[in-house]
Amino acid sequence: MASNLVSIQRRGFGQTMRRDGWWIAPLLTFLGLGAFIVYSTWAAFQGEHYFVQGTGYLSPMYSPVLFDSWKIAPAVSGHSWFGPWPAWLPQSMILPLTPAFLILWAPGGFRFTCYYYRGAYYKSFWADPPACAVGEPRHDYRGEKKLPLILQNIHRYFLYLALVFICILAYDAWSAMWFTDARSGTRFGIGVGTLVLSMNVVLLGSYTFGCHSLRHLVGGRCDTISTRPVQHKLWKWVSKLNKRHMLFAWLSLFWVGFSDFYVRMVSMGIWADYRFF
Amino acid sequence: MARATFSIRRGGRETAELVDYQTDVTEGMVVLDAVHQIQAESAPDLACRWNCKAGKCGSCSAEINGMPRLMCMTRLDTIDLTQKVTIEPMRAFPPVKDLITDVSWNYEVKKRIKKFKPRKPDAEDGTWRIQQEDVDRVQEFRKCIECYLCQDVCHVLRDHAKHQEFIGPRFLVYSAALEMHPLDTEDRTGDLKDLFGIGYCNITKCCTKVCPEHITITDNAIIPLKERVVDEHYDPIGKLVKLFRKEKG
Repeated sequence: MASNLVSIQRRGFGQTMRRDGWWIAPLLTFLGLGAFIVYSTWAAFQGEHYFVQGTGYLSPMYSPVLFDSWKIAPAVSGHSWFGPWPAWLPQSMILPLTPAFLILWAPGGFRFTCYYYRGAYYKSFWADPPACAVGEPRHDYRGEKKLPLILQNIHRYFLYLALVFICILAYDAWSAMWFTDARSGTRFGIGVGTLVLSMNVVLLGSYTFGCHSLRHLVGGRCDTISTRPVQHKLWKWVSKLNKRHMLFAWLSLFWVGFSDFYVRMVSMGIWADYRFF
Repeated sequence: MARATFSIRRGGRETAELVDYQTDVTEGMVVLDAVHQIQAESAPDLACRWNCKAGKCGSCSAEINGMPRLMCMTRLDTIDLTQKVTIEPMRAFPPVKDLITDVSWNYEVKKRIKKFKPRKPDAEDGTWRIQQEDVDRVQEFRKCIECYLCQDVCHVLRDHAKHQEFIGPRFLVYSAALEMHPLDTEDRTGDLKDLFGIGYCNITKCCTKVCPEHITITDNAIIPLKERVVDEHYDPIGKLVKLFRKEKG
């Protein structure tokens, strides 16, 4: 191997001969992801207004509700799997603990370890590199070869959890088609919230089913796929979604935040949910 | 006819500077045309490597306004000529003279990758039978012209000079072409993890962005290889399932 490779000159942070707006994309990513992180953290701390009484609307940031929030007791959401907040679970650990924190680590972990997001936040949050052919701030580089980033390799485990979440959110969208009132009891209907929560499943599904790990697991790992027609079809299908992975990553991220916001606004009585029928 | 200024790196292995040259620009010209015109008019000793002028030989790789590109495929009407156009050699490799770099490291890397090892022939005449759909995936990788622009833009090589530990996108594509080939029986996942540093790739997709052959390097080659490494080294449950299946079978 050539020994004079050390003569390559390093460029300092942000140094480049590029003349285009190379900083725009990482800045937009930083603002977009940053805004979502701030909003979702705030929403997770609220512990109330995550469902709408008389409807099946449930915020995707709180679904599944393992235990109803201690903040709404003695009321119940009707969505809780295991009843009210148990006595053995602390109500706060320095900061208040809510049902969202019991589940958000799973979809959060799926996005954090997602191949698309990794590339995006390494650039916009770590400047590693800030953009293609632009100088970096640090000399030391370990990549995903050593701890802690070697843990990104557990992405497929988060995928398995994400697939379960898609099923749960699909059930939530179904539940959002049922409304209860004192006069007519429970009846089928469609409101704006139903559409919002249904669109949430569609976008999250398009993002999750286009995952690189899923693409590998359903067929990409096979060198001879022609003898496996089902896997071949699945691989082609996932590959199609995979081509739009970035698009669905952003659309689904925005829509999850908006779905929570919509449910919160209706629950607080600030917005009225329009019912089509 | 417009006149444009090109700021070209001039110098040898140790020292160099950007020297300005002015030349006339006409419709349809590419950067390589301008470089040749400058050679003819004012800098006959300007060294640059080129061959086909058709984006197929991969010789004229350089950095035009800071981005790795083929000089022969970069049309001047896509560049703002009201400002100086900078032309530099690739930064990930040692400079030799002017726009020429020493890319021999790449040839050495290629030798280290385990060669194609086909299974036993399917027919008595020593031939194999494979389906088109089984090789569709690897045919994309065969488009590579070895221009090394992907190696140049990769920050692991360019900024961190991990040439001893990381083989770069070009050779991850090469490994993928072998690894995913339906006839190949060799296992390269151990080498990819331990010797070839696939873990250094942090999926910036810069290699995909600069590839003149539009090979989807990151999504179709590097990430599938990373997943194969996960199969073998970081997925205990998957390993157990495989073991169970083998025992059952």
